[in-house]
Amino acid sequence: MAAIVLDRVTKSYPDGTTAVQDLSLDIADGEFIILVGPSGCGKSTTLNMIAGLEEITSGELRIDGQRVNEKAPKDRDIAMVFQSYALYPHMTVRQNIAFPLTLAKIKKGEIAQKVEEMAKILDLTELLDRKPASLSGGQRQRVAMGRAIVRNPRAFLLDEPLSNLDAKLRVQMRTEISRLQRRLRTTTVYVTHDQIEAMTLGDRVVVMRAGVAQQIGTPQELYDTPVNLFVAGFIGSPAMNFFPAQLTDVGVSLSFGDITLTQQVHDIVTAHPTPTNVIVGVRPEHIEDAKLMDKYMRLGALVFEVGVDMVESLGAEKIVHFTIEGASAHSAQLTELAAESGVGENEFIARLPAQSSATAGERIELAFDTTKLAIFDADTGANLTIPPATG
Amino acid sequence: MAERVGAGRKAWWVVVDFLVLIYAVFPVLWILSLSLKPTSTVKDGKLIPSSVTFDNYLAIFRSDVFGPALRNSIGIGLITTAIAVVIGAMAAYAVARLNFPGKRVLVGVALLIAMFPQISLVSPLFDISRALGLFNTWPGLIIPYITFALPLAIYALSAFFREIPWDLEKAAKMDGATPGQAFRKVIVPLAAPGIVTAAILVFIFAWNDLLLAISLTATTASVTAPVAIVNFPGSSQFVEPTGSIAAGAMVITVPIIVFVLIFQRRIVAGLTSGAVKG
Repeated sequence: MAAIVLDRVTKSYPDGTTAVQDLSLDIADGEFIILVGPSGCGKSTTLNMIAGLEEITSGELRIDGQRVNEKAPKDRDIAMVFQSYALYPHMTVRQNIAFPLTLAKIKKGEIAQKVEEMAKILDLTELLDRKPASLSGGQRQRVAMGRAIVRNPRAFLLDEPLSNLDAKLRVQMRTEISRLQRRLRTTTVYVTHDQIEAMTLGDRVVVMRAGVAQQIGTPQELYDTPVNLFVAGFIGSPAMNFFPAQLTDVGVSLSFGDITLTQQVHDIVTAHPTPTNVIVGVRPEHIEDAKLMDKYMRLGALVFEVGVDMVESLGAEKIVHFTIEGASAHSAQLTELAAESGVGENEFIARLPAQSSATAGERIELAFDTTKLAIFDADTGANLTIPPATG
Repeated sequence: MAERVGAGRKAWWVVVDFLVLIYAVFPVLWILSLSLKPTSTVKDGKLIPSSVTFDNYLAIFRSDVFGPALRNSIGIGLITTAIAVVIGAMAAYAVARLNFPGKRVLVGVALLIAMFPQISLVSPLFDISRALGLFNTWPGLIIPYITFALPLAIYALSAFFREIPWDLEKAAKMDGATPGQAFRKVIVPLAAPGIVTAAILVFIFAWNDLLLAISLTATTASVTAPVAIVNFPGSSQFVEPTGSIAAGAMVITVPIIVFVLIFQRRIVAGLTSGAVKG
């Protein structure tokens, strides 16, 4: 059990590239924290620095208040699960799980007992005398977990542990990991590029981009109040829609209509250094089929007509893809996200109820609640709808 | 085999295999035949000896040169192999895994040593050997053997080390291993096929060497088997020592065959499968 503190930790390489910049993070004892971001954002480097597999260029890493920058991995008492599992192929499952205990020079009887216990918890008892080569992906994953848990370390580090599993197994292992962590209450740092894993597993999530932590918060905080375009676009599936707009005296002007902001929101927006070009973000579930709204709701909504590209009918709801002529938002952060997700410009998504009549190739009237939108600075990406102090 | 091989094709391959086999084995059989012939029929040109005798074998072991020479060969070969493989493994590991200043130079020099014509070094080595008092001693041969065998070992082993996933070593470190323990308990067992291969190569190199051995040794204190064979006298000055040479050649072939037979099972492909995904 340990509290891990990263104090302005930076990792740069001799060739001048910086993998992680000024990352400060307080991980509480027993907390499950997720590092998430697109590939190359520095999340794995951060994990390796906590593990001691990579040196810290500047800043301080403290475990339980003690500086550990210079300590070798073995002296940090932290266990790690690798993306590749990294099981020792020449050892049986039993020997693999026992390996950390053998190195710690624990008595043989005690080792055998602990390994048996571990095998029971992870349902590996029948596999103990097999070699890793004859195990399935999910079994290898469990052995890797067992090897990490068995010595009762101060913290677990998991580096994309589920990315080599098929979709069904991934969901299953996700719940299993979550259950294990709640049971053991061991501080856990988990790296993933999958925002769904991040949202479902973490007590808190760190969204990283280009070596810089963009936002640190609970999954709900990230979803409701993303600090910038990048976080807004990265968290949530289907992703948030972004429309280009201009700030006006009373609100924002989009290519398909004007929105008057409430005084409260307007005050917050104007408290920022306000640019003229902004981007309006709307979550897919906040877009509605105008036909299904009552008159009163239509009053507070912006109604606009779009051409429907495609409809994915999921039974409980319809995912509607649509385009709006000349409505693509431009921003460096969005370009980066688009490169990661493959979503093109000028493609938008609405989550409509199943009774909506949206049909591919036809036009439909959509609307969104003007109180449920986020306004971003098109240049800096900053969210203008949250007060500057926290942004 | 998923692919069905036609009967005609199969027959063709049998013929080709047979030809290759004859090409490879015939000289060995010829030497074996020579070694078993009595002196009177050595030159009869027949593969199957008309009469079989073990006199040649008895003769070389009765002489007071071949026995000690064989002992020298085995001792020098094993010591060379042990030292070259241990040093080679560490060097190869560094070459494969670490970035250090002068790495390219080290690899380059190793290659240079491997390619350097040994004959051009014989005279200086002879002088050095005498000046250091190593002439006609075991170390006098072991040291140059290690020098020439190391590049071989480093090249063979670094290829194997490169194949071992990095993550395994990181995992060992996270599991509480010192770098030394990670090397001994994880890397070396996985590189075992490579280490055995390197050991066989080094041993065969030392075992087969004639040039250095004939230049740097003089008496039974350090003469190796190939040198002893070259120096076999005939039973009289008018008799060629053909039979003895053939017998000696057969005798020094045996350890190599045994060596390979013992270790070939360790050279199993796919030992690292299952370490990482897939």
